[in-house]
Amino acid sequence: MTSGSVAAGSVESPTSLSAEEAQEGHRDVRMFGLATFLVADGMTFAGFFAAYLTFRAVNPLPLGAIYELELVLPTINTALLVVSSFTFHRAASELRQDRPAAFRGWLLLTAALGVAFLTGQMVEYFSLPFGLTDNLYASTFYALTGFHGLHVSLGALMILIVWWQARRPGHFTPDHHFGVEAAELYWHFVDVIWLILFGILYIL
Amino acid sequence: MTLAFPPQTSQPQSLPPGLQPQGWLRYLSFSLDHKVIGLQYMVAGFFFYLVGGALAGVIRVELLSPISDFVPRETYNEMLTLHGTVMIFLWIVPVVNGAFGNYLIPFYVGARDMAFPRLNAVAFWMIPPAGFLLIASYFIAGAAQSGWTAYPPLSLTTPAAGQVVWILSVLLLGGSSIFGGINFIATILKLRRPGLKMMQLPMYCWAMLGTSFLVVLATPVLAGTLVLLSFDIIAHTGFFNPALGGNAVVYQHLFWFYSHPAVYIMVLPAFGLVSEILPVHARKPLFGYTTMVYSILGIVFLGLIVWAHHMFTSGTPPWMRLFFTIATAFIAVPTGIKFFNWLATLWGGKIALNSAMLFSCAFIVHFVFGGITGVALAQVPFDIHVHDTYFVVGHFHYIVYGGTVFVVFGSIYHWFPKFTGRMLNEHLGRLHFALTFIGFNLCFAPQHWLGLNGMPRRVAEYDPQFTMLNQVSSVGALLMAISTLPFLINVAWSAWAGPVAGDNPWRALTPEWLTSSPPPVENWIGPAPLVTHPYGYGVAEDQIDLKSATGQQLWSRGR
Repeated sequence: MTSGSVAAGSVESPTSLSAEEAQEGHRDVRMFGLATFLVADGMTFAGFFAAYLTFRAVNPLPLGAIYELELVLPTINTALLVVSSFTFHRAASELRQDRPAAFRGWLLLTAALGVAFLTGQMVEYFSLPFGLTDNLYASTFYALTGFHGLHVSLGALMILIVWWQARRPGHFTPDHHFGVEAAELYWHFVDVIWLILFGILYIL
Repeated sequence: MTLAFPPQTSQPQSLPPGLQPQGWLRYLSFSLDHKVIGLQYMVAGFFFYLVGGALAGVIRVELLSPISDFVPRETYNEMLTLHGTVMIFLWIVPVVNGAFGNYLIPFYVGARDMAFPRLNAVAFWMIPPAGFLLIASYFIAGAAQSGWTAYPPLSLTTPAAGQVVWILSVLLLGGSSIFGGINFIATILKLRRPGLKMMQLPMYCWAMLGTSFLVVLATPVLAGTLVLLSFDIIAHTGFFNPALGGNAVVYQHLFWFYSHPAVYIMVLPAFGLVSEILPVHARKPLFGYTTMVYSILGIVFLGLIVWAHHMFTSGTPPWMRLFFTIATAFIAVPTGIKFFNWLATLWGGKIALNSAMLFSCAFIVHFVFGGITGVALAQVPFDIHVHDTYFVVGHFHYIVYGGTVFVVFGSIYHWFPKFTGRMLNEHLGRLHFALTFIGFNLCFAPQHWLGLNGMPRRVAEYDPQFTMLNQVSSVGALLMAISTLPFLINVAWSAWAGPVAGDNPWRALTPEWLTSSPPPVENWIGPAPLVTHPYGYGVAEDQIDLKSATGQQLWSRGR
């Protein structure tokens, strides 16, 4: 390119464009935009994870402070969320094969799994022996799972909105269903974040 | 020079009726036109520049004498906090990214608008409320007092209300910045006109692409950190509060993970803008296009892994000091490449020393000086000596004011004809430049000496031995304040009655000049031009064999 930039400013005639290229309506880049946003959102979690791991490395739990986590309920929750990713995928593929009734059914099941996850989280919150301000680890636990729970709530809301929109025949077609694709990508993102979170909060 | 303009239809394109307000009212509307949004950013940003300048004025008046006699100490803390926050988040970041980015990027990629016009308008309209929220906090509950860094435990012990409003405001501005960054990435990567390759884009596109990567990767970390900080203030959690078992250094790490890249978010776009201005007014191709691109990408990568050089006095372990010193020193390589490329672009050029060029050249000088003090600051033994002194203040202002703000002014002189269709007055422009240049150097050069001799930053009172140089610095600040007058008069008068500029007064080759001034709503009447050689100045096509040309030949042929 260094040598190329020597050429005198040449503005090539646009006549060589094919009819398709010259079309003015611009490409649909909404999924790309959403993916970029999810990178940004993921960085927020990355910051939280980094903070938690640093706390783990340099700030020991003070004597007498209570920070104990049960594994059973979170493991069930993890399973629920992982399954919900597959049910969403199934829903989308039903839509692509033009089976709207099955699509809506799988979608509703996905939302139900999301709500079940949130319920499980609530049960866990109420049964834990420590509160938000008890100690550093407790605060970090609630901040991380709470921020993720906020994402699950938003995702479940999105799924329900998509489900509601899908009542009208023709709102989503097998070829055009950005709302479904966007909600699905977001849902998978939330799922992956949970797996990392589960790994470092509960297992590590 | 062969310049084939796209065929123009004689009939101006009719606008979609009733969709958008017309005339000047559209600048106060939720307009989706990237050019309107760009100018909205510009004017709003300049308003906040005047606010931030007034705050700096309070600081400089207070520092005329070694005792605290002008404003109460708490007010002084509020002033310096607001000054930093307003200037960074409401003036430099929105203007150098939002204003010029929104105006120019769609032209440069050959698009009619940004990828997400509605998101674009949302991103802009988050800025005025955030700004007024921040300023209003001073009048309602007292503004934040912990500096623009808001380090805990200081930010936990100063009055809570102002700090919470500060966090809210910065979160809004961060969100606006992220939306803008997503938009720029999608526009540059996905909306390029068919046939336009990445390596044919004007340099400002690359600068904005790199900047937007930093915005998308780093800003969310700051947002998350500030949410945790607000928990510490409101809910009395102890994330960053050592008294509650928390860790204040973690805040510093997370904060600087954003705020060091933020320096590049402020200065990379300026690199891009200056790379557009120099070739036009020196009538030479931009030297070393490819190395420019790779050095931008190098700066983006290195910029993400050097944050802890701000924390050498925070109990940083030796291995960390070693790593971050070396990584920081490496940044001098890509920035040095850019510096020499700019010099080589000027070398032997037919330089027009107009206001745009004067500001750009001053940028190069200031940036090199600020860069050298930056490399010095990266060295642990030196940094420990001058940490939190006026040396850092001087270094920082040489980069963001002497660097970026000078480029912003140069860019306004360069693109004003395109924005308004009228030329700015050159005499007033040079007066503006002279006052700014002298005032700036008078204000900030002595601060290096003050810092080396031990004057700490962020203090309202200081040792009387520093009085003389502080007064010199304040005189410089006064000159800078005065320098905005010729600029404002120039802009107001020229926009109304300046000489008509015509489509392309600089005979520039980048695509925004290949349309009318100001441009039509859809940017070009007829198809967008395909500009494959945006810097093809000064050399006739038939004079040089492109296949075998070397840098040496470029220099001599360019004369």
